[in-house]
Amino acid sequence: MLRIEPREAPSRWWTLGVPVISALLALLLAAIPLAAAGANIVEAYKQMFNGIFGSVFAFTEMLTRATPLIFTGLAATMAFRAKLWNIGAEGQLYLGAMAAVTVGTGLIDAPSFILIPIILLAGAAGGAAGMAGPAYLKVRFGADEVVTTLLLNFIILIFLQMMLEGPLQDPMGMGWPQSEPIVDNGILPQLVPRMRLHSGLIIALVAAAIAHVMLSKSVWGFKLRAVGENAAAAFHAGIGVRRTLMSAAIVSGALAGLAGVSEVAGLRGYLTTDLSPGFGYTGIVVAMLAGLSPIGVVISAVFIASIFVGADTMSRAIGVSSYLSDLVVALSLICVLIGGFIAKYRIIRTNKGDV
Amino acid sequence: MTNPCVLSLNNLTKRFGSVVANDAVSIDLHRGEVLSLLGENGAGKTTLMNMLFGHYVPDSGSIDVADEFGEMHPLTLGHPQAALDAGIGMVHQHFTLAESLTALDNILLGSESLLSWRHNRNAARRKINGIMERTGLAAPLDEPVGKLTVGERQRVEILKALYHDARILVLDEPTAVLPPQEADTLFENIGAMTTGGLSVIFISHKLREVLAFSNRIVVLRHGKKVGEIATEDADERVIARMMVGADTPATPRVSMEPGAKVLELKSVTVKGDNARTTLHSVNLSIHAHEIVGIAGVSGNGQSAMARVISGLASPDSGVMLIDGHKINRFTPPAMQKAGVGRIPEDRHHEGMIGAMSVAENLVIERLDDPEIQKLGFLRRKYIRSNAEELSRTYDIRGPGIDADARLLSGGNIQKLILARVFERSPRLILANQPTRGLDLGAANEVARRLLKARARGAGVLLISEDLDEILALCDRVIVIHDGQLFEAHSKDRQAIGLMMAGENIC
Amino acid sequence: MDIIQILISENFWAASLRIATPLIFGVLGALLCEKAGVLNLGIEGIFAAGAMAGWMAVWLGAGLWGGLLVAGLVGGFFGLIHAILTVPLGLSQHVSGLGITMLATSVSYFTYRTALPKVSSPPRIEPFQPLDIPVLSDLPFIGPVLFQQTAMTWLALFMVALVWWVLNRTPLGLAIRAVGDNPDAVDAQGLSVYGLRMGAIVAGSALMALGGAFLTMSAFDAFFFGMVNGRGWICIALVIFASWRPGKALLGALLFGAFDAFQVRLQTQVGAFLPSQVFLMAPYVLSIFALVIVARRAEYPRALLTPWFKGQR
Repeated sequence: MLRIEPREAPSRWWTLGVPVISALLALLLAAIPLAAAGANIVEAYKQMFNGIFGSVFAFTEMLTRATPLIFTGLAATMAFRAKLWNIGAEGQLYLGAMAAVTVGTGLIDAPSFILIPIILLAGAAGGAAGMAGPAYLKVRFGADEVVTTLLLNFIILIFLQMMLEGPLQDPMGMGWPQSEPIVDNGILPQLVPRMRLHSGLIIALVAAAIAHVMLSKSVWGFKLRAVGENAAAAFHAGIGVRRTLMSAAIVSGALAGLAGVSEVAGLRGYLTTDLSPGFGYTGIVVAMLAGLSPIGVVISAVFIASIFVGADTMSRAIGVSSYLSDLVVALSLICVLIGGFIAKYRIIRTNKGDV
Repeated sequence: MTNPCVLSLNNLTKRFGSVVANDAVSIDLHRGEVLSLLGENGAGKTTLMNMLFGHYVPDSGSIDVADEFGEMHPLTLGHPQAALDAGIGMVHQHFTLAESLTALDNILLGSESLLSWRHNRNAARRKINGIMERTGLAAPLDEPVGKLTVGERQRVEILKALYHDARILVLDEPTAVLPPQEADTLFENIGAMTTGGLSVIFISHKLREVLAFSNRIVVLRHGKKVGEIATEDADERVIARMMVGADTPATPRVSMEPGAKVLELKSVTVKGDNARTTLHSVNLSIHAHEIVGIAGVSGNGQSAMARVISGLASPDSGVMLIDGHKINRFTPPAMQKAGVGRIPEDRHHEGMIGAMSVAENLVIERLDDPEIQKLGFLRRKYIRSNAEELSRTYDIRGPGIDADARLLSGGNIQKLILARVFERSPRLILANQPTRGLDLGAANEVARRLLKARARGAGVLLISEDLDEILALCDRVIVIHDGQLFEAHSKDRQAIGLMMAGENIC
Repeated sequence: MDIIQILISENFWAASLRIATPLIFGVLGALLCEKAGVLNLGIEGIFAAGAMAGWMAVWLGAGLWGGLLVAGLVGGFFGLIHAILTVPLGLSQHVSGLGITMLATSVSYFTYRTALPKVSSPPRIEPFQPLDIPVLSDLPFIGPVLFQQTAMTWLALFMVALVWWVLNRTPLGLAIRAVGDNPDAVDAQGLSVYGLRMGAIVAGSALMALGGAFLTMSAFDAFFFGMVNGRGWICIALVIFASWRPGKALLGALLFGAFDAFQVRLQTQVGAFLPSQVFLMAPYVLSIFALVIVARRAEYPRALLTPWFKGQR
């Protein structure tokens, strides 16, 4: 008979090693669909590696891809730490992007050092509003935030179409559903000449550092963790549970909104309905892979971005569907879940039936 | 005993690591007999029963059970299903009932083949009615169990076991949750069942009922069987000595002059959904240097009272004063500021956060304190030194102050909570079932701390289901029944017992 | 104005039932999982997997009923993964479910693209045809609404009755309800908590996959990316709205279908005044609205989201 029992104190090696092993395992498992698709597996991994480290361009592309994932990973982290299931980062990302193009396409004429902070703030506010709603419905009416945030993603995407065919549409865009471009003063500066990598990455890293400090060193972070781990005890101890949940929701939504700003003002320059290939959902994987640690989010975002960029290169080179990267990301999540279980519990052989 | 043996536990031994939970325990149970299994918390009663039910496999020893023809067969160890099939039924202290299902459904659960395409409810109902008539156990069958009283739920549990043709019934502290007169009914029912041939093992630590209702008494201490005696040859003193080993010194308690009122409730009414959460125009005052005990069967409004005083619910009418100040806002932080310290009933779920460290749990009620934080950031150094100091003073033992609180034992969790509450020197201490589930040492520590707080000048409101504890600790005893309070004029156990049952209320 | 005309047209009611059909499968599946105490957010992905697998099986020559069987098996497979992660391992039902959605969706898309690398529009299959029952189908109003639906709609309605019967009239259903309320009660009677929960998840997931298969095998005749479009999430909301009762789930799905059919028709009438997106948004907004209304008095299965480990009381 096997029996499951919690490990006393999970060792450091376990907590650090598990996500790494899980991620590598997911990459290895990718060999199965690759083989099913009839690809040369060794060649495929080689191409993948080249796609990440093969050139400065590849590497900066990977970091460009990691930038929004750091934001959405942080968004998921801050919400999940409070056991607030924000699955709506995708929608909040678009709200942030919409807010950014609203203020950043000529409404305000100001130099960069004023306009960029305004755009960032607007985007954060947009995203925050997108999560404040479901959080309010949760604390006020008890409406399950999982369902409301999931459904809001669809509502916001349709709303975006409406805006891009209406008030936000670029009059010079020949009828395409896209916004006017962000004015030059509002564009996030590039980091490497002639590459797409932009300073959104710096903002993301700063956000991760702040999130880390707030979570582990501030009273607010203490309350957030307390509410997440045991809301009843936190309430009994005098912590304002509703207020803490609302603030977590706002911070989480704001971070997701910043992902939208960073994409639209750092990378694309204008807003379309395909700004995000699911960054909001992938952020959940990033956060889980990071064990809900803000610093870990940076590392796991880089890993997931590597998978995306590497798999893209590979699928172009050897003709395998690019949905492979989504598959590997999903596998990573499942692997890290199981890995987390192994880190937290041990399975013991016991006497027959001794349970 | 002339009746044949139906169950024999032979030299059962079970170790957990270095701890010997049961050491070569042998017990025989005869047909139609009520056997009492007595022992302190941690004496090994639960482990023994878990082996009988196949939840644990003994390290050595065997179990034999009689079949329906009286022939003894060895029981397959470690298989709960084998125990059920052998006709052993158990009523746990915490009922294993699905509350949203009806009583009938709960009884039927597991009795029919899962592949059958429909229930045979009519036949089942006939059989249950038969059992109810024979034994006097009555319960409404078509109500969801969540709506039944505790006594009714217990009867459903027993009916469930009897419906599954149990010939041996194990009752784990069945009277802990019952008012005295319902307990008497239960014993009458048990009497009726045993005349029908049922054998009962009755686990308890209440000496009086054991003496009144069982045929034979087995006492466990530190995992060993230390005594076996026919009830007619036993008296309270003999058994108590067997259970505890030596006479334990009672907690020394000096009488004190009560001081100013620290808590006053004036016609406080709480309209709850059920008796548990309802108070009817309650008046109560507690003075400094005074421990006031609220005795009562659980579910008579204790919960409502605790909720109001800890700020989890506000009264629908009435006034509450703490230290002479009227309370307007009923929230946990407001109560803490007013000077209430709270030892919660459910210490694991309401008293601590298992996934946070011991040090963090020790400051969780005073996060706004300037010692704890500066400009919104935690002062880690102070939090650690505070934890080290409190661990020493309150003897909190475990893997250390940085380890998760969930790794502490029950007694140490309670010490953590005591440390957190008492270091703030609260004016009023609300202690809700503070010793439930603790071993003797930890329970004594709680009592000592409460008396110390009383000496310091705090008022203590002690809510407990354990009348002995209340009688030992309290200056005044107040009985709660059906959401109302009644002052007991003496510490006469019998009078208080009757009041708890709602009788002789003056 | 013409609203009355919409409401009395048989075409509107037939469309309502048609739109409701995949939701009926989905709500029943989610309901079965949740009754046993496990939230299954894999539903959105399992819909996609069912749609893809069923359609592809038919395309490869399995026949329509064979396709349904394949869809059900694939759904059950993904359900089994969710079941292993959430029941014996007791992992977060939220995260595991989302993982299943990602996995099932990406596996379906990858398989589709791998099987058909270069097609721009997918090959069509011959889908389920509207039934033509003598006499009944020719009845005025009732005929077109009820008796000209495809066999899958009838299968969905049959499933409502079946799930209701199993849950409320059989020992198995009693055990499932009990395990979602208090697993200890089930364990105390010697029944397997793990077996019941995992079985319910696998069966529920198979039902969800049939909902997906309806999309490619009855509503349309081919597989498209993004065709599930939030239907799974709507089912999760509908389960709460239906307070975990199969009959109410049918009602909820029908109401939703009617609303969706209505907004499409209304759009053609007043579309000039409002952007079409307002109508597209409406079903999702309605779902949230319904959720908020029932949330406070929703009686969740008491053990929902709570993992249970053997021997840990």
